[in-house]
Amino acid sequence: MLDAVLSGLRLVATLDLRLWEIVGLSLAVSLSAVALATLLGLPLGAAIAVGRFPGRQAVIVVLNALMGLPPVVVGLFIYLLLSRAGPLGELGLLFTPQAMVIAQTVLVLPIIAALARQSVEDAWREYEEQLRSLGVQGWGGALTVLWDIRFSLLTAVLAGLGRASAEVGAVMIVGGNIDGVTRVMTTTIALETSKGDLPLALGLGIVLIAIVLALNAGAHLIKEAAQRRYG
Amino acid sequence: MSAILPLRLEDVSFAAGGRFIIERVSLALEAGSSTIILGANGAGKSVLMRLMHGLLAPTSGRVAWSGEGARRRQAMVFQRPVMLRRSACANVVYALKVAGVPVAQRERLATAALEEVGLRQVAQRPARVLSGGEQQRLALARAWALNPEILFLDEPTANLDPGATREIETIIKAFDAAGTKIVMSTHSLGQARRLGDEVIFLHQGRVAERSPIERFFPQPASPEAAAFVNGELPWA
Repeated sequence: MLDAVLSGLRLVATLDLRLWEIVGLSLAVSLSAVALATLLGLPLGAAIAVGRFPGRQAVIVVLNALMGLPPVVVGLFIYLLLSRAGPLGELGLLFTPQAMVIAQTVLVLPIIAALARQSVEDAWREYEEQLRSLGVQGWGGALTVLWDIRFSLLTAVLAGLGRASAEVGAVMIVGGNIDGVTRVMTTTIALETSKGDLPLALGLGIVLIAIVLALNAGAHLIKEAAQRRYG
Repeated sequence: MSAILPLRLEDVSFAAGGRFIIERVSLALEAGSSTIILGANGAGKSVLMRLMHGLLAPTSGRVAWSGEGARRRQAMVFQRPVMLRRSACANVVYALKVAGVPVAQRERLATAALEEVGLRQVAQRPARVLSGGEQQRLALARAWALNPEILFLDEPTANLDPGATREIETIIKAFDAAGTKIVMSTHSLGQARRLGDEVIFLHQGRVAERSPIERFFPQPASPEAAAFVNGELPWA
């Protein structure tokens, strides 16, 4: 056991090429998915927070429920869409990193949208009268609030990133865990553990945790600085 | 620019939760004199001003301005100012932008407004870290920049110490001197005397009395107003 940990650390320390390829692809896939989901999720959440339309309460309940989507189910759903016989089969995306980005975007979008909805709605309660008094109309108010609370929305984005970088099921199904093509940290850990190659699995585990920790620390520092700067 | 005053309320009622908060109020607000809205807690002062300002829609009745474009010719200052997380100056610029003022003029108008309320030296400071009194002056600067024909103030000094209150009152007088119609609710009868020309006294959602200030305090016409004035604590 100790041997495995030491070997794992050695792989990390010696910048093992195979390991860093896997780490790089993981980051590329998860960060792309989170970027896409943020771009779509923040305006969506803000629109639901500020909008008044029939069925709004039902939309909120469904959105909150979708935060708990099981990754394997999302994977299966995207697999069916992208498989050769599926409606998007012609794009030939199955078992590519792009397919993994799509699956993770679908997985993360409800998390970012639902958390943004809650934050914007709380802020809107404070801002609404003032903004309406100034003559702000339509979505202008939603965008103003979104921009004003941008630093607290980092939490929503981080929650999305945590989900994306930690999940195995979706990327495994739509990516296929092909060595050198769609193999990412989580799928490798699952595979190598079952094969008994604990050093690589542990090395990746250490890197994964370190990355998540670093991102959260960075976001925390940004929020603290913004709090001091803007109040 | 055509005048939007007088503002006429015709048989305006507002109900919430099955209860009338404002009941069948009809009145006209003319340009010039400063109007103070008085009344006990829950008399409907805030709701009445929000109906006038258009933040609430009446349950029945009509709020009618005399001219076009009334939305852009009025402003409101709330009991607790809401500032965006940007500089004091940027908050004023934002209001000008929303009002459709051309980019080239925004900075100059904002600076002039901050100068007027004595906040020129903190123009670049984040608005939310200013003191309560400074934030309320900033709210007044935001209104000043818009050069409104009528300004609604909902207990603007309720949370402020006497020094900050004095500064706010000075600015409100400047609005009056510049020709802006003042409509203000307050709990301070002293403030009503200092700033008002006439009083609209609300009791349980109805206008119980409307009198010139110099008559209202010595001899209120309605029993409700008399009780209110006499009930004032001697040191307030």
